[in-house]
Amino acid sequence: MDHIKLLIDGKTVEVPKGTTVYKAAKEVGIDIPVLCYMDLHDLNIENKPGGCRICSVEIEGRRNLAPSCSTNVSEGMVVKTNSMRVINARRTVMELILSDHPKECLTCAKSGNCDLQDMAIKLGIRDIPGQEYAEMSTYRLDTSPSIIREMDKCIMCRRCETMCNDFQTVGALNAVNRGFNAVVAPAFEMNLEHSPCTYCGQCVAVCPTGALTEVDHTANVIQALSDPNKTVVVQTAPAVRAALGEEFGMEPGTRVTGKMVSALKNLGFDYVFDTDFAADLTIMEEGTELLDRLSRHLDGDKDVQLPILTSCCPGWVNFFEYHFPEMKDIPSTARSPQQMFGSIAKTYFAEKIGVKREEMVVVSIMPCLAKKYECQRDEFSVDGNPDVDFSISTRELAHLIKQANLDLSTMTDSEFDSPLGESSGAAVIFGATGGVIEAATRTAYELQTGKTLESVDFKQLRGLEGIRSATVDFDGLEIKIGIAHGLGNARKLLEEIKAGRSEFHAIEIMACPGGCIGGGGQPLHHGNSDILKARTRAIYEEDEAKTLRKSHENPYIIKLYEEFLDQPMSEKAHKLLHTHYFERKRKVFEV
Amino acid sequence: MSTVKIELRKDQIEKIHEFCDEFNNEHGELINVLHKTQQAFGYLPAEVQEVIADKMRLPVAKVYGVVTFYSFFTMIPKGEFPVSICTGTACYVRGAENVLSEFKKQLDIEVGETSADGRFSLSCLRCVGACGLAPVVLVGEKTYGRVAPDDVKEIIEEYRS
Repeated sequence: MDHIKLLIDGKTVEVPKGTTVYKAAKEVGIDIPVLCYMDLHDLNIENKPGGCRICSVEIEGRRNLAPSCSTNVSEGMVVKTNSMRVINARRTVMELILSDHPKECLTCAKSGNCDLQDMAIKLGIRDIPGQEYAEMSTYRLDTSPSIIREMDKCIMCRRCETMCNDFQTVGALNAVNRGFNAVVAPAFEMNLEHSPCTYCGQCVAVCPTGALTEVDHTANVIQALSDPNKTVVVQTAPAVRAALGEEFGMEPGTRVTGKMVSALKNLGFDYVFDTDFAADLTIMEEGTELLDRLSRHLDGDKDVQLPILTSCCPGWVNFFEYHFPEMKDIPSTARSPQQMFGSIAKTYFAEKIGVKREEMVVVSIMPCLAKKYECQRDEFSVDGNPDVDFSISTRELAHLIKQANLDLSTMTDSEFDSPLGESSGAAVIFGATGGVIEAATRTAYELQTGKTLESVDFKQLRGLEGIRSATVDFDGLEIKIGIAHGLGNARKLLEEIKAGRSEFHAIEIMACPGGCIGGGGQPLHHGNSDILKARTRAIYEEDEAKTLRKSHENPYIIKLYEEFLDQPMSEKAHKLLHTHYFERKRKVFEV
Repeated sequence: MSTVKIELRKDQIEKIHEFCDEFNNEHGELINVLHKTQQAFGYLPAEVQEVIADKMRLPVAKVYGVVTFYSFFTMIPKGEFPVSICTGTACYVRGAENVLSEFKKQLDIEVGETSADGRFSLSCLRCVGACGLAPVVLVGEKTYGRVAPDDVKEIIEEYRS
């Protein structure tokens, strides 16, 4: 490959042709400030519209400053990244951006976690000249079940657009209008609720300001906890324990399961349970459904469709309901672990402790924003009482813990309550891409072959590649497994199925990069994909540390079937643990 | 956006499909497809944008983004008698602004809008090459020169009757 030699701030650097000035500077330890730019290199996601101009640098021989994020290097180039001219220009750019940005940092949901605020601090902005004459652009507030759009705070970095279109291929958001009226919005500037949005929350995860945030349900949770007439039950998703620590200054990848349980007990939840229990239950139902469909398929039943697709991820469910409604019979009918938990908590467990359904509040802690929408779906409630009352994100839980003046880092470990707190390692790995199908494989293998696995680690199913495939030998029967994370990758697999070219028996799909560990409700990664890798590592460590590694060996799951559900896919299980899907696509004006 | 619901006929949908095919449904040709379609329909209502998006396999949000970025594209149907006022340099300095204000007042619409009865729409353009007649007003194909605010009422009456 051709190499190019250039000089940046007096340092010689040699980089391949086609490298940007920004990346070349990084090679010699110069971190040029960026705002709109975002690079998640492990996932092949790069946003470089060259729009904000914060990264401007001086290039000798050029009249104008150049945006380093989108300017390629050339031979003999002499770059200055911190001349007075650059510093002045950078400050002016920042002042102009801030002149059209609300000054409500004290109460903004993103305060303390905002890239724009950080940049203002870094550049030492103390005044915004000309503000008194300048009008500000305003835009109406848009609230959906999961996400709030406060476009007054949008700086047109277009990171959300990159995630929504390039990575997720959802196409809900696009830059519309021009000049002062420019915003990122759904088609015809309708509300998000009436767009193809899947509520995956990846737009929120990358938004540098408070323009895109989650619908905050912490106040509802506090209200439930303060009500003496309510029994408040909490469930925590697997990916939360691998990331919550980051909000308290701990290293990414620190496992905080026991500390999190202590914090939740401290907050006053009556029962601290684990979504992992329901993940084990999911494996029982989904695994049984897989084996049933597989055996009927192998027996030549033409009505049975393969591959079977996982259905734990609500962003993914929303995606196929909108974009591939003709294929809505292919995914497993098993509800997600969040919903299975809610259903069992408000029936089996409520009966056990003698509490009426209406007196119980089920709260879920999720790495996800689509879960907020999922728990509000009509089919997941009984007489208007939802199985899961409130779903809050990892970030919201961190706020709750901080409000209660608790320091997670110094807390001692506690155990989950029984019986819905018991789980296997197979349930923990639901939090990482490939984990659900690995968990299903552990159980399906043993149920199908009647043999015990020598090793439960199916490392061929792990990794960060967008689309992966593996073949697992079920004692002579070769099971072909596909895995995709990110809805753009999922789309590719779906197109294959649609065209009749797919050879997979089972496919796992997760909407977010890296699976739930990279969910839209997790602590913000600020464009650092190493954080996602550290969380993945934590998930697999947690699995290895468990004595129980297979869902069907969870004694409380066995007991649940004995006492209540009878067997997987029984009539009762169908009623409480399975669901059906709907076509969501609507034409404009039908909304 | 326009809030008038329209129902596209089968032949209209086919026509839009033809325009898309003419440019091989290539994403880079979206602007050309929009040009052709607006030429044929006079404007680009939401329903038309949806057909284009479906056919070219693009998000509707993207199509809408392009339509709203370029001032040439419009989502509002032109009136039966489109009124255009030249605000090019020559016309501007000779008082086009006052003429424009008078049209806005008489028709009770803003630039880019169409009157409630669908008869008149108002737009601005830049230089029709008749600077000697400045300020210039066009109604449909007909040109009016040296227009003063006082003439506006009369011009409108010509088409109202």
